[in-house]
Amino acid sequence: MGRLVVTDLQMYYKTRKGEVRAVDKISFTLEPGRALGVVGESGCGKSSLGLTLLRLLPPNGRVVGGSIKLDDQELLELTDEAFRKGIRWKRISMVFQGAMNALNPVLTVGSQIAEAILAHEKVSKDEAEERAKKLLEMVGINPNRYHHYPHQFSGGMKQRAVIAMALACNPDIIIADEPTTALDVMVQAQVLKAMADLRKRLNLSMILVSHDLSVVAQTCDDVAVMYAGRIVEYGPVEEVFTNPLHPYTQGLVQAFPDMYAERAPIVSIPGTPPNLVDPPSGCRFHPRCPLADEHCKRHEPALEEKGRAGHKVACLKVSDDGQVAKVRFA
Amino acid sequence: MTQQSDVILEVKGLVKHFPLRRSLKDVLRGRRPAVRAVDGVDFFVRRGEIFGLVGESGSGKTTTGRTLLRLEEPTAGQIIFDGQDITKLRPSEMQKLRRRMQIVFQDPYDSMNPNMDVFTIVSEPLRIQGLAKDPAEVEEKVIRALEDVELTPAEEYMHRFPKELSGGQRQRVAIARALVLDPDFIVADEPVSMLDVSIRGEILKILMRLVRERGLSLVFITHDLALARHFCDRVAVMYLGKIVEYADSTRLVQKPHHPYTQALMRAVLSTDPRKKQIYTGLQGEIPNPANPPSGCRLHPRCPLATERCKQEVPPLLEHEPGHWAACHHIDRSLAALEESRKSLQAAQ
Repeated sequence: MGRLVVTDLQMYYKTRKGEVRAVDKISFTLEPGRALGVVGESGCGKSSLGLTLLRLLPPNGRVVGGSIKLDDQELLELTDEAFRKGIRWKRISMVFQGAMNALNPVLTVGSQIAEAILAHEKVSKDEAEERAKKLLEMVGINPNRYHHYPHQFSGGMKQRAVIAMALACNPDIIIADEPTTALDVMVQAQVLKAMADLRKRLNLSMILVSHDLSVVAQTCDDVAVMYAGRIVEYGPVEEVFTNPLHPYTQGLVQAFPDMYAERAPIVSIPGTPPNLVDPPSGCRFHPRCPLADEHCKRHEPALEEKGRAGHKVACLKVSDDGQVAKVRFA
Repeated sequence: MTQQSDVILEVKGLVKHFPLRRSLKDVLRGRRPAVRAVDGVDFFVRRGEIFGLVGESGSGKTTTGRTLLRLEEPTAGQIIFDGQDITKLRPSEMQKLRRRMQIVFQDPYDSMNPNMDVFTIVSEPLRIQGLAKDPAEVEEKVIRALEDVELTPAEEYMHRFPKELSGGQRQRVAIARALVLDPDFIVADEPVSMLDVSIRGEILKILMRLVRERGLSLVFITHDLALARHFCDRVAVMYLGKIVEYADSTRLVQKPHHPYTQALMRAVLSTDPRKKQIYTGLQGEIPNPANPPSGCRLHPRCPLATERCKQEVPPLLEHEPGHWAACHHIDRSLAALEESRKSLQAAQ
């Protein structure tokens, strides 16, 4: 099991300049075994969304509304203690960017994985070691390396070991925030492959937060495109990336050049993402959008299914049957 | 090779080793251990071209770029800039030459003094070069540099501090600082890798315009082969301190000769979800440059490696006009490329 239903989730950071609305009425459902990619640029709220789900917010961040339900249990009603004991690691686990650097250099990699098991479950030391070895094997690391220290591992192996650690307590859901961003392409491929194999074997569902469309395209079933604290487009990856409707998604897709395509200038979206203390009125993308008109400045578009089944978009310029002007960024 | 006048920079047998501490064992055996970051690199850059240096971390691309300007002293080899070997220049002569050779760094947050305003940052090279005698002229030059990077109106940006600028704006300031001396050669080390994809295009367009309009020559260092393919005229692929292949960027992606280039290309993930493929072809990771493999440095990871690859270093040879590669088994490598392309097509 492990069906995650997020409804109208709002999380604000308190700052001296005012409240930063980092996660602003986000809704989605993660079915067991599915992988959801959350893409967007720095400051769009994608990482904050992950931290909110894991209840790992800094002191100035607080949930101001909405609901997070795991198999019909409202997680927002749990005390911190109950969440820590029953949910984090056991049901929802996580891998962060550069997590490999968080391994303790003076303890063996295997013992750190075993420790994660011992901290959450009543098992014997031997049993924990046995399970840790199995986990290492699952991410393609020889269990003989259980007694090796982090410095004896390469970067990609450390990141895979951290993924193994995240799986120590058999979670239903793993939240991975830029899990391969600091890695070279070949190592990235190895880590992503290990993650994909694991998901299949364990029927794990995943939320993968990334700025990189290609990582999401290759590893996820569904994708949510975030802009300025909101989901602006949502649907199956194949549908969203090959038929992007929102002008922002269109721009994002164009900004990633295809290596095999004819040589062309790299595309950009003019302007910069807004300050979330005081986001633009109406559609938050309107100051950068080539299609925007007066209507877009005043009215806030809702995320609605338009065109093909499951393809949702929040844009006033998209017709109900999913038609929109093709935007060409330069 | 091309005519001398056409080439602004030529690098011959460039070597940069960073010595490591010698252990007693090293001393007894007469060894001098070193990280062999750049280990015999040859290439040339034409006037008015964008030359890409592509590689993974540890390939030596950044060290190569820094050594070109003698920000690192080369261990061996020649760097011939406009007909003159600059490795022999005295520091004072080198400083004068820096008017013509500039660098833009990766991190616009780290490469700027946070206590200086934009005017002070951009005009600093003029002061260092002793060209800041006339304040009106300095201001004019700073304004022109800021306009070149499209920070307009320039007056509005001049007195801001780095913390008041976005990442993209900071990187423009860094480029303006490089431009203020009106150089004809710039090394840009991952200038857009810290920026969001929606804004990196603007920075690249500015650089491209400067190259095309002013005949500036640019060495563009990146880990991103897809980016290099579109932005650079020619691309050199580095692996563990050596260039394994270089060619016109279009030819390189159409017909990569070297097994490493082929693997690097296949490892680049597609943004098209219909082409689902995660390629994990080459085993392991880039080895430690303090102790590189014998012969061809790729041999422990290369699917085509033979005994010969373990013993002989493959020379960088011109296999097609302008297309250079260093591999003992080019024929087998090209056959493997055909094979993998066929099987990929069949799978889709």
